[in-house]
Amino acid sequence: MPLLEIEDLRTYFSTDAGTVRAVDGVSFEVEEGETVGIVGESGCGKTVTSLSIMGLVPDPPGRVMTGSSIRLRGRELVGLGKNEIRRIRGNEIAIVFQEPLTSLNPVFTVGNQIHEALVLHRKLGRSDARRVAIELLKEVGIPEPDQRFSEYPHQLSGGMQQRVMIAMALSCEPDLLIADEPTTALDVTIQAQILELLADLKDRRGMAVLLITHDLGVIAEVCNRVLVMYAGQIVESGTVEEIFLRPQHPYTEGLLTSLPRISAAGARLRTIHGAVPDPASWPEGCRFASRCSHAWDRCMATMPLLLQSDGEGSGHSARCWLQDLPLSRKDQKGTRAPP
Amino acid sequence: MIDTGPHSSHPAQLVTESYDPAPLIRVKNLKKHFPIRGGFLPRTRAFVKAVDGISFDLFRGETLGLVGESGCGKSTTGRTVLRLLEATEGEIYFSGEDVRAMGPAELRQLRRRAQIIFQDPFASLNPRMTIGQMLEEVLRVHRLGGDRMSRRLRARTLLDTVGLLAKHADRYPHEFSGGQRQRIGIARALSVEPDFIVCDEPVSALDVSVQAQVINLLSDLQDEFDLTYLLIAHDLALVEHMSDRVAVMYLGRIVETAPVGSLYADPKHPYTRALLSAVPRPEPQRTKRRQRIMLEGDVPSPVDPPPGCPFHPRCWHPLKDEACTRMTPILEPAGDNHTVACIKFLDDSASTLDSS
Repeated sequence: MPLLEIEDLRTYFSTDAGTVRAVDGVSFEVEEGETVGIVGESGCGKTVTSLSIMGLVPDPPGRVMTGSSIRLRGRELVGLGKNEIRRIRGNEIAIVFQEPLTSLNPVFTVGNQIHEALVLHRKLGRSDARRVAIELLKEVGIPEPDQRFSEYPHQLSGGMQQRVMIAMALSCEPDLLIADEPTTALDVTIQAQILELLADLKDRRGMAVLLITHDLGVIAEVCNRVLVMYAGQIVESGTVEEIFLRPQHPYTEGLLTSLPRISAAGARLRTIHGAVPDPASWPEGCRFASRCSHAWDRCMATMPLLLQSDGEGSGHSARCWLQDLPLSRKDQKGTRAPP
Repeated sequence: MIDTGPHSSHPAQLVTESYDPAPLIRVKNLKKHFPIRGGFLPRTRAFVKAVDGISFDLFRGETLGLVGESGCGKSTTGRTVLRLLEATEGEIYFSGEDVRAMGPAELRQLRRRAQIIFQDPFASLNPRMTIGQMLEEVLRVHRLGGDRMSRRLRARTLLDTVGLLAKHADRYPHEFSGGQRQRIGIARALSVEPDFIVCDEPVSALDVSVQAQVINLLSDLQDEFDLTYLLIAHDLALVEHMSDRVAVMYLGRIVETAPVGSLYADPKHPYTRALLSAVPRPEPQRTKRRQRIMLEGDVPSPVDPPPGCPFHPRCWHPLKDEACTRMTPILEPAGDNHTVACIKFLDDSASTLDSS
């Protein structure tokens, strides 16, 4: 059984401009110990996906719609009461956000905050909690953890703050760590340290990681599998090699070719023209069609499904009608591989 | 053989003979220290040495990339060169004129010839002015573009130049997407027909697919109007893509300069080498077998920078020793218009020579 199964997740927000379908029919799985990346540009729904898993979507205006299913080891999380979801959040799934300073409470010491998590979730006594908290700070590579324990968040650098957030997330030994843009606010040399730490912790603890980022480089470095999101949907999924070396969806391909790269001489970048459509009124057909150079009438009229692209049994799928073009492969499209 | 002799590495060698050899911009030993005030009786208690003695030349039509991590002083450098901030020490020349000595009239002239594009286009646009009004205002202030009607026309032409539509002139900033706003910021910078533009993180607030559009636009405009860019960015891939020469900054100092190809193919300073190795690359086939130089710790505070080489507390190089904590390295020639500020560099290349 996969650790996390998400089926047809729909998270909508009611706004003055109408209903914004931020996440609109997302399905995927995360296996035990696996690192899955979700990549996409701002507004594609990647963060709302992570908030939905954590039960942190502000309601109202947001709502995880009926019919959506989020199962952790087979247990349905959608529709759980506040107290039940709170027990899972922290204990079994933990999250690390982009801005550590906005997640840390400025008026409590770092130690105090980890301490609180340990006392509440793991029911440790005060002195045990202190000992475990210092061990955690040490595990995430904070020098002089005894001293740091009694410091306030503003006394730490951005990299150290993020390490504290990770220590806090680890405090309850979660099976799944969601890292939402964990290194976006950090400098590149510090980013390298944090990514290495995450990879280490994953190996040591056998924890699964769901990494959400806009940075394709970060994805390539740390993930096993990748989901590419666009306009509230997954448009392509596959292993890192499949996505980066044999992208099937024109959007994925466009993203990869519009990146300036180190040591890749080339006078001009390819661009994806136009902009993402308005989330309050997604187009009828393929949501990328208006920006796609391959689009034809069918793309405008009907939404393509997320289908296997490398033949039977492969995990590589794309949501694009182009895949239908070679007729010889059409037979393989009808069936979906068992999960 | 590695040339370690005292040959000239003057960047003028980069430009062709027929070209005017005088740089458009010359910066010599520039320093910008910000006072920190505080305490019971407010007085200056210390200084943030944001820029601590840097020199560079910038030639007409070229792009110099200034790269480094947050707090290294790259943005302060850009603003000080434009005199948006007053320098603490050092010399700045624009077309041979002393920028620091300019009076109000000359400064106004400088403002027309030297422009800046900011990272966050929204914060730099007036929310209560339409885009057309804003562009016309710039022209009016600088007495460019003739009478009112021709200013209107000119504003619309500018929008067209940066890939927007004439009808956009009647809209307000909030009606535009991030990429469009950055185009407006570029149109405004271009409106006064400048020679020089400081591009301060011009695309880092934009999504990947939109970034590429703005990068291409900046390149096209440079060709069309013979612009000179000082590109300030933390994204090493972007800097490589857009620059002719690159200067790497660390803690208020330039630690390495080189033509772009040479810097990325053969980085010499231990910091540059670590920085380049730390960039995550979207190439799974190579990341798996790549050696990464992991730097320990954080960048020290620019209030109290370490003595000697500013990089020594994080330096990973085996040749690092006690001398690094005493001697402050200066930029020295390292062949091929490359300069590097590392007292161990010569030893390093000598030892490479021995082993080969």
